[in-house]
Amino acid sequence: MKRGMFTVSANQQLAPATFRMTLTGDTSAITAPGQFVNIALTGKFLRRPISVCDWGEGSLTIIYKVVGQGTEQMSRMVPGETLDLLTGLGNGYDLDKSGDKPLLIGGGAGVPPLYALAKHLLAQGKHPQVILGFNQGQECFLVQEFQDLGVPVTVATADGSRGVRGFVTDAMPAGGYTYLYTCGPEAMLRAIDGKAATSGQFSFEERMGCGFGACMGCTCKTKYGNKRICREGPVLEREEIIW
Amino acid sequence: MVSTAVTLSGLTLDNPVIPASGTFGFGYEFAQWYDINCLGAISVKGTTREPRFGNPAPRIAETPGGMLNAVGLQNPGIEKVLSEELPRLRQVYHKPILANISGFSLDEYVTCCAKADASPHTDLIEVNVSCPNVHHGGMSFGTDPRMVYDVTQAVKEVCQKPVYIKLSPNVTDIVAIAKACADGGADGLSLINTLMGMRIDLKKRAPILANTTGGLSGPAIFPVALRMVWQVYEEVGLPIIGMGGIQSAQDVIEMMLAGATAVQVGAANLVNPYACQEIIQTLPACMEQLGIHDLKEIIGGAH
Repeated sequence: MKRGMFTVSANQQLAPATFRMTLTGDTSAITAPGQFVNIALTGKFLRRPISVCDWGEGSLTIIYKVVGQGTEQMSRMVPGETLDLLTGLGNGYDLDKSGDKPLLIGGGAGVPPLYALAKHLLAQGKHPQVILGFNQGQECFLVQEFQDLGVPVTVATADGSRGVRGFVTDAMPAGGYTYLYTCGPEAMLRAIDGKAATSGQFSFEERMGCGFGACMGCTCKTKYGNKRICREGPVLEREEIIW
Repeated sequence: MVSTAVTLSGLTLDNPVIPASGTFGFGYEFAQWYDINCLGAISVKGTTREPRFGNPAPRIAETPGGMLNAVGLQNPGIEKVLSEELPRLRQVYHKPILANISGFSLDEYVTCCAKADASPHTDLIEVNVSCPNVHHGGMSFGTDPRMVYDVTQAVKEVCQKPVYIKLSPNVTDIVAIAKACADGGADGLSLINTLMGMRIDLKKRAPILANTTGGLSGPAIFPVALRMVWQVYEEVGLPIIGMGGIQSAQDVIEMMLAGATAVQVGAANLVNPYACQEIIQTLPACMEQLGIHDLKEIIGGAH
């Protein structure tokens, strides 16, 4: 975990109410895909926790949805402006359990962290496949970027305007994968759990105070005891989740 | 060279800055951010007799100039706090520790305070009679002078270490409650716990917090806290640990001028993990600017 000042180098709209922001600064505290940053915004008391989509030495990318005043403020930022970030928060995904053919499933704002995950799995010589779910075709983002990695991508839209009509579970194969990684709304995670053929890791979202384990604001019960979504999460093992 | 040391009922602190209970875990979490031995003391997470999960999520909501929390005293229980959490904190920290005790009955307060008092790791017992987020406990003791008196007296009988009662601002007359603590034999007071509040989600047309209400903290409550410390200082002769929205060295000095001997920093730790360290580092320069040589001398200085 580190606190540092970052400079906005790009902030572009990808889809309705969805933006991609690239920031330059010290990323050395980020150790795993699925971790998040907590962003201080002028005039807002609490920071905004947002998952890291991708990172390298000296720069990181987040993709965020405008859901309130804080993210709306972020969407108006221009290159050169600075942000105070806490980085390297949360446990992130454990890549060691993936097997050779892991299945990655993301829904809406849960899609971004799977991008860095796919990259890291590929770097380990594994063969991930990806299912991305959105409400409608025009809301889709990152599809091309996943394809550019050389990863098989299936898109599902609730209204059928792109790819498979229905939810990500309608696009889920009955088997043929070695492990599952997923991130998205809780209803989606629950539906995936009901259909999953393997073990896996599920990334959760919760309202947070601090984002680094101090306030106990985001604690949930698991079969392995109480866990703070910000610290022992946001990624939980399928076997420990109490739905 | 300025002097920042203060003394709470015989306990000398290098400086008056103490992270507030519930915003600093059991301390060792913050040792990953900085050397926590720079702190005046630490008030650790509120503890009850039994382990508690606390309230369902969401437990946090943002407000202008602050936040609401309804954590509900999540803690592993007094036995585990004394046998595991405090020894773990002691591995990285050798300055004073304030045990923060909550309860749902007089008997629970007495049992937990006696155990905390007997621990080699604690230096002062802070009795929380003011948690707004649990039912039939905490705040219900702190809003009735008679019950505050009973808790104070019972706890004092079993404690050798200084006993400070942490009071709720959710009362019409804070002075009456503070006087009941003094009558019950308290060594000092912690002022204030959070103010009860709530927010509603406009889309869901329902309270944001699963507990409906929560405790308001952050800079929004600083003037309320300051006013209560001021009033109690005028009427009650006990040392006061002032808290509520403190974010800067200036706030520390302002709170001390109102009558606080030491201060606690709460919500600020959650948005800036370095908050206490930064306040402590800037305090001497701030004192010099204001012509203060010895911090002890300004306590109640605005009266």
